[in-house]
Amino acid sequence: MGIEISKISKRFGSTCALREVDLELKEQGLYGLLGNNGAGKTTLFNVITNRLYPDSGSVRVDGAETADRDDVLGKIYMMGEENYYPEDMKVRKAFELTSLFYPAFDKARALELSRQFGIDTKKKITKLSTGYASIFRMILALCVNTPYLLLDEPVLGLDARHRDMFYKALIEKFAETPCTVVISTHLIQEVAHIIGHAVVIRDGAIIKDAPTETLLEGCWSISGPRDKVADFVRGKNAVEESIIGGLSSVLLDGLAEDVPIPDGLEKQKATLQDYFIALMDKEEQRDESSCSQSI
Amino acid sequence: MIRYLNQERPIFLQIADMLKDAILSGAYPEDSQIPSITEFSVAYNINPATALKGVNLLVEEGLLFKKRGLGMFVASGARKQLIGQRKEGFYRDYIQPMIWEAKHLEITSGELLEMTERGMEEHGDRNQ
Repeated sequence: MGIEISKISKRFGSTCALREVDLELKEQGLYGLLGNNGAGKTTLFNVITNRLYPDSGSVRVDGAETADRDDVLGKIYMMGEENYYPEDMKVRKAFELTSLFYPAFDKARALELSRQFGIDTKKKITKLSTGYASIFRMILALCVNTPYLLLDEPVLGLDARHRDMFYKALIEKFAETPCTVVISTHLIQEVAHIIGHAVVIRDGAIIKDAPTETLLEGCWSISGPRDKVADFVRGKNAVEESIIGGLSSVLLDGLAEDVPIPDGLEKQKATLQDYFIALMDKEEQRDESSCSQSI
Repeated sequence: MIRYLNQERPIFLQIADMLKDAILSGAYPEDSQIPSITEFSVAYNINPATALKGVNLLVEEGLLFKKRGLGMFVASGARKQLIGQRKEGFYRDYIQPMIWEAKHLEITSGELLEMTERGMEEHGDRNQ
């Protein structure tokens, strides 16, 4: 049935952190929540898990309102930055404690992942380095086996090798025991092929929400001599242009696959990261122009 | 057999190509089981649905078949079918660009034939 978020708004003083957010997270989907720092990703996760009360709107999980319903909230696990374990608790003990709260917690898998990542389960949680503290929280998230998993910047502080190991462990978990995963990150390129659905959040509002494939359909970058590129893109939906001397490259949205490309120009599929950056730049420009108009 | 994925083509098509190469080279022999969707998606860091889409392309072409409860297998005759497919593309993908470049370099058809003979000899002319 999934998670239905409707008309969620949340203010912190004069800052509007979420603006009438509507979002549906379907069962067995792998979602990427993409946004710059301060866009509202963590706030949205905190509202979904009822750690923050929204000013208005509602969250439903499998049809039931989450507000103060522990049974409903038990279906969601959020991996964030905080630890909720007693200070002097050891990793292995924390795994045992987790199985009490999450009956489906796979302790054997948690110990296996701990070995793979080289985490010392006899160590106190608070004595773990930043990277290993992240790995510890990530292992918990991958093993609780709740139907919904929210991962807030899960690879923060992880080196390249550990990030790769994490993505592989996540894909394996998702493929073997289907669940709904939402992963918030600003390392877009690393998750581009992993997520099936991209949700772009900016300034507390959702500006794109589509399957990754659909989002990038018709998104091409056209490059070549400046005047030739300009001729070709005239009348088409140009999202961004970058110029290096006499060469220019334009990111087009909504270009049909069979449009012939003139000689001397090159056409390349836009990546999710290219698209995201172009989208953010465009929104920024729109903000600036609307500001100057109001002045 | 693990190649890096590129940005130029959709990922599921690249997975399909990789599978075809593997069947052609004998890395995945006929009647043998291929790795699972989980293994492919983990190896390439891709969404399992994308891996499945690539595998399904080969199922549609009759190169792979599903054994219920067991997994995917390479069909018998798959290699021959692939060779047939590739031969059709050979003229367009290799001969035409070669002629094009040969013209640029002012290579005559006699010289071209000579080079082809030499190439075949150097590779042991296995198919003759």
